[in-house]
Parts: sequence; C-alpha cells; structure tokens
Amino acid sequence: MQKDPATPGAAASPPARREFLKQGCAACLAVAAVGTPAAVGTRVFLDPLTRLKTVENFVKVTTLDTLPEDGTPVQFPVLADRRDAWTKFTQVPIGAVFLQRQAKDKLLALSVVCPHAGCFVDYVEEQQGFLCPCHNSLFLKDGGLKDEQSPSPRPLDTLEVQVRNRNEVWVRFQDFQLGVTEKKPVA
Amino acid sequence: MIKRVLAWVDERTGLGRFAEAFLFQNLPGGSRWRYSWGTLLLYVFFLQAVTGFFLWTAYSPSTQTAWESIHFIQNEMTGGWLLRGLHHFGAQAFVVVLVLHLLQMVIYGVYRAPREVNFWLVLLLLPLAIAMSATGWLLPYDQHGFWASRVPIGIMGVTPVIGPWLQKIAMGGSSVGHHTLTHFLALHAGLLPLIVALVLGGHYYLNRKHGFADAPKDCGCPDEPYFPAQFLKDAAACLAVLIVLLGFVLVPLWQNPGAAPGVHLGAPADPSEQYSAARPEWFMLFLFQFLKYFPGGTEVWGAMVIPGLVMTVLALMPFVAKWKHGHRFNVLFIGVLAVGALTLTRIALVQDSKDETYLTAKEHDRRSAERMRQLVSERGIPPSGGAALLRDDPFTQGPKLFAKNCASCHRFDGHDGTGRMPLNTYTVRAGDTWESIAEYRFTKPEQLRDLNKSLGGRALKPGDQVTVYARPWAPDLKGFATREWLAGLMDPARVDGPRFFGGTKFKDGKMVKWVKKNCTSEKAGDLKKVIAALSAEARLKSQAGPDKADAELIKQGRALITGDFACTDCHSFGKKDPDATAPDLTGYGSRAWLLRFISNPNHADFYGKRNDRMPAFADKKILDAKQLGLLTDWLRGEWYVPPKNGTK
Ligand code: FES
Repeated sequence: MQKDPATPGAAASPPARREFLKQGCAACLAVAAVGTPAAVGTRVFLDPLTRLKTVENFVKVTTLDTLPEDGTPVQFPVLADRRDAWTKFTQVPIGAVFLQRQAKDKLLALSVVCPHAGCFVDYVEEQQGFLCPCHNSLFLKDGGLKDEQSPSPRPLDTLEVQVRNRNEVWVRFQDFQLGVTEKKPVA
Repeated sequence: MIKRVLAWVDERTGLGRFAEAFLFQNLPGGSRWRYSWGTLLLYVFFLQAVTGFFLWTAYSPSTQTAWESIHFIQNEMTGGWLLRGLHHFGAQAFVVVLVLHLLQMVIYGVYRAPREVNFWLVLLLLPLAIAMSATGWLLPYDQHGFWASRVPIGIMGVTPVIGPWLQKIAMGGSSVGHHTLTHFLALHAGLLPLIVALVLGGHYYLNRKHGFADAPKDCGCPDEPYFPAQFLKDAAACLAVLIVLLGFVLVPLWQNPGAAPGVHLGAPADPSEQYSAARPEWFMLFLFQFLKYFPGGTEVWGAMVIPGLVMTVLALMPFVAKWKHGHRFNVLFIGVLAVGALTLTRIALVQDSKDETYLTAKEHDRRSAERMRQLVSERGIPPSGGAALLRDDPFTQGPKLFAKNCASCHRFDGHDGTGRMPLNTYTVRAGDTWESIAEYRFTKPEQLRDLNKSLGGRALKPGDQVTVYARPWAPDLKGFATREWLAGLMDPARVDGPRFFGGTKFKDGKMVKWVKKNCTSEKAGDLKKVIAALSAEARLKSQAGPDKADAELIKQGRALITGDFACTDCHSFGKKDPDATAPDLTGYGSRAWLLRFISNPNHADFYGKRNDRMPAFADKKILDAKQLGLLTDWLRGEWYVPPKNGTK
C-alpha cells in the first residue's frame, strides 16, 4: 500500500483543499492533545490570581499603657489567625507595626515594611526618624519621606488604628503594593 | 565478544559512531585551555543538578518544615553539611564561570558567524542563573532567605501592567507562605534547571558543530583530536573547580573545628522579626547597589529598563562586530560593564562594612542561629515548626521584652538588655550645660558631646535638640537578687548610686538611710549572712551550689533579718505582717515573687501606694502571662544552657 506522494499523478492526487484540511486537522489534534493537560495544569497554577483574599480585620496589638508619652515609636509584632493554603494558623506573627502617640490619645500606626522593596525599617532615635537598611530610604517620624532622593516612592504606609475598651490598641494590618507611588492594598 | 556486542549496539543505535565522532573530533590548531569554558559550565551545572537532587530528596517545602528539614540535612544527616556546602558554593561558581565564559567569548570574538546562536545561548544563561539563585535563597526559609527574597519579589511587582499579577503567581498568594515555597521549589528544581539544561546542551552542541573557535591563523599549531588532549584539559579544569569548592566548604571547618560545619543557616523565618542585613548573593550586590540611585518611583528604570537595554546591546554584539570598529566597541562595552559592576559591588561592600545596623543584624543572626541549634538539640522541633522554639526561649525573648518594657527606667548591666544604650531627645532649657545634663543622667559630658557631634561641642543654647542617654529611673537589674546584687544594694556607697536607688524617688528614703547607717564595716560579717539568707529566698539556679553549702550561714542570716537587723520593722519575712510598709521579703526574688511583683508592684505585698512609677504589667495588660514568664525567667537567669563540650 505504499505510495510515493512525490510522484505526481499516482492515482488521483487529492485536491489541494483536502490536503489543507488534513494538515489543519493534524495540527488541531496535536494542539488539543498537548494543550489540554498543559491548560489544566496552568489553570491550577494560576489559582492564586482568582482566589479572593480574606479581608483583614482589626487585631489587638497592645495596650495604650505600653506607648511612651513622649511619642517615641515602639515596634510591636502583629499576631493574628492566618490561613496559609492548607494550614489554619492561630495567633502567629504576620508582621509588625510601629505605634506612637501623636497626642495623649491620638495614635499613629505605621507599617514596618519599606514601600520601596519590602525591607523592615528601623527607628533611629538620633535621626528622629526611620531608616531602611536596604537601600537607605529615610522617613520622618510621622512616616513622611525625608528627602526626595530616597528610593522609596512614597511615605511609610499608615495603618488604621483604634483604641477599644479605653486601653486596647487595635490595628488593621494590611500589605500594600510595593514600589509604586500610590498606596494600594495588595489584593 | 565485547567487540561484537558493541558492534551490535552501534548498528541498532548509532551510539558508537556518535561517541567516536564526539571524542575524536578534530580541533583545528590543537587543544586550548580557553576551550574548556563550555565544558566547565556544563560540569558545574551537573554538580548542581546532582547535589540539588540529593538535597531535594530530604527537603520539605512548607513554612513549618522548610527550615526544619534543611536544619536536619545540615546538622543530623551524615555529610549533609558537605552536600549543602557544595550546592551553595556551586551556585556561585556557576555564575563566575558563566561570566568568565562570556567575557572570553567577547574578547576573542567568538560570537561572529556562525556562532551567533552560541553566544545568545550563553547570554540567556545570565538571567536564568539569576532566577535560579533568587528562587534558591528562599528555600531554606531562614531569616536571611525570607527577607532577602522580598526584594526581588517586590521588584517583580513594579513590572508595568502585569506586575501585581506576576507577583501573586510567584508567591502563590498575597503573602509569602506554603505556596511560595512550593512554587519556588518547582521553579528552582524543575522548570529552570530544565531550561538551563536545554540551553547548555544547545550551546555545547553548537560549540562542537562549529568548533570551539576559528583556527588560529599563522600559529603553526598542529590539529589535535578532542581526546585526549582537550579532554585532559577539560577534566583538569573541572577538577580544579571542584577542589576550590571543596576548599570553600572545608577550610572554615579546619580553621574553626568547634563551630557548626557547613554554610550558615540562620534562624527560622519570622515576619515579625526584624532583619536588617537582607542582601542578595554577592554576585548580585551590584544590582542591589544600583537600585539605591533611583529615587522613588523610578525604580523600574534601575530594575528593568536599564538592565534590559544592556542585555539588548549584548545580544546585538555579533552584528555590531561587523562594523569597522565594532569588535573594539564590544570589548570596550563589556569592559566598562565589568568595571562598573565591580565598582558597585565594592561600594556596597564598603558601605555595609561601616554600617552599624547591618553589622549588628549580622551578629544577631549568627547568635540566634547558634541558639536555635542548641534549642533544637535540647528540645527537638515541635510540629508547629522551629520558630516557636525561639519565641518561647527566655534567653532570646527576655532582652527584647526588657528593652521594650523596662529599659525606659531600668538598665541591665548598664544597657537595655540587648546591648544598646537607651537614648532620648532632649530640648535644652535655659541654664542647662553639658555638665548639668550629663550629671542628671549619670553620664559624662564627653559622652554626650560624642553623641551630638553635629553641634561640634559648642556651648548649649536653649531650644537646641540634643540626643542624650536616658536617665535610669530605677535599679539595674543584672543579677537581681543574687548575692552580688544585694551586696551592692546594701553598700552605703552604692545604694543611692545609679545602679540602685539613685534615680528613684527612694533616693533619700528609709532604706537608703538605713543602709547608710547600719551597713558599716563592723557589721560586715553579719551583713554577709543576711545577704546569703535573703538571696537564698530567690532559689536561683545559678546559686544552687552556694545556697546548699552555706546552709548554716543562711540559718543565722534568717535569724538576723527578724532579729538584730530588724528588717521586719518595715518588711514582712516568713509571716505576713499587715503593717509592713516595704516589699515582702518572703521568697524575695523567687520566680513566683518576681512574677507577682512585675504583674502588680502596687500590691500591698510590694510597694503598695508608695510605688514610684512602675506600671502593673499584668493588671494593665501590658504583658501577657507568657511574656511575663519569659521576662521573669530571663531576669533570674533561667534558660537552657547547653552542656560544655556536649555538642556533637
Ligand atoms: S527596600 Fe527600603 S529602600 Fe529599598
């Protein structure tokens, strides 16, 4: 049954259209065969994109009495329940905040995460401000950018803070998009 | 017989002919050392694949097991430290060999037709190597890996348009977690090595197809077959690299036989724990440093646009070389790049070596890693992971709790528990001088001048802002309730000094007066007994020996407390005295006593209404039960201490 396709006129050579259909079908079948498993896998891989993030609730961080009256920022770990893929963690550290008194009962909560690329900033008493140990961004005590040349595109991110039951300090801990001028929560 | 089998195999597969062509390929102009680069690259990749595979067989990617499994490989499995060490340095060797190979190709013009594709493949390896390395850091999931990989992940996010998505896919969610590790492992051990293998294979194949380089003209060197001349050179080069790598792993061990073998594994990752020494591997430091020059919002330029342009110029080199001075331009360009990268690396290294924060963070990391090793060997790792061990360790947490909660008034051996001196900012008022400010804070004027170098030591003006050492408002608690500490308290010369009541409102109080009057040298013998008796109340682990040995002395001391010394005029001792006006001495300094004291110093058993300013840490909910326990244990010097020479 071997025919040499190169020989013209051997039997009736199939019309060009049929040949084209055949090629098209071959290509489609191959793509479907190879593509389906790849597509299924990719869909799973992309799962994080469509997984909705649970909204961050306020978590209790400390009490008012721990904050120095003179307004010096103090760093506190933030403990919260957290779901990470298959594990439900209870009361694990999810990050940290700097808390300071701006007035007797007025608090300011700043994220410790440098908006440039995410390093953990340091409060430096001598500078009366925050310094990022990575690319040396400098921030004022209220989180503002100290100088325009700092690699950080925006001031330190403020977090919502509430005083509940007279003495408890609650913070809504959030991550923000790094490296952009606008403060946008990570979706 | 063997010949026949080989012939059979060859006939069916063509392997024999292939091997022959491969081994005995003719090299025009003979063998050369610089032809070894390709093989060397292949070899280091092979080394990484093998060591990586075996690491993989024992690694477990999840936030509770990643660090833990690496710790096990490194410290428990036979030869694990060597395996990890080779993989660690092998990664760096790959980059070094790759860069040298690239330089060599440009300098010798080995990118000209028909070798353009060879050259591009090598170029492609650069970003691949960076990706391999960046995905590799995170895997041990120690503090260093965790914080250092935040930077590349953060940078990924600034990619125009798709940045946030890319970031989310890479991390497998919105923050670093289990899926970040599983993704990074799949990339690091699966996809990326596969691509690298294909690229390297292609490169090697093309190397052979086109020959390593154009035959050198008028050198008169005879041709040689690949085997054995070039093969020998290749093998020698590979072995040399291996020896260097082994040296990197083994020499530190030989220099310092007591230390833990193998490359550093930091403390387990903890997102609430500061780490101020996050740096990429040394070969990427130049990129890290480069980013510092891009002020806010222009990061894309430093992280993507400029590196992208540089890569494009590199890729165009084969075409540029066709112009008259093209080749020279290429060599110059790559030279400038190399010098630039070296300079940036140097700047970064010099800056870090002078940076206190960086150095302290490094030192801190080294110490907590060491502590982790001790804790793991003592306690074992709980299912929730190793980080919990450090969080429950008084030795680790005590200083931090003290610095945050106590050091605004107390000191610990003069510092805040962590070794820092608490500082304040003070606004100068009329009449202040360096001397008066220093005296109030029990420091020396020179020390303050040193702190405020910007003022140039000039006289103070009202309104000046100066940085000062905070005044200690309360006693120094190093060795609290030990015999030495009590001896200081009951020393007329020291009782109203800064280490005891000097800064408190009890400076001229009854206790100080009593000490000044009664603790004279004539009574030294009895005083010793009282001190021993009182200190024994604390039941300090560190004093268990003397407390037992001096039972007789202590008995006499107890009698003196209620008798001759009349401590019980103000304090309770043994039985509750409702009229006591000073802290109860029953169980003074013991765990229960100290815990209750810190919880509420205003309690009638302690200072009652006379309390100076110490907050009630439990009642005001400043510290929770666990923190109080950690702080108490630390103040009493109770934490796990590994036996000497007991480490494996
Ligand atoms: S991460 Fe803070 S300056 Fe770069």
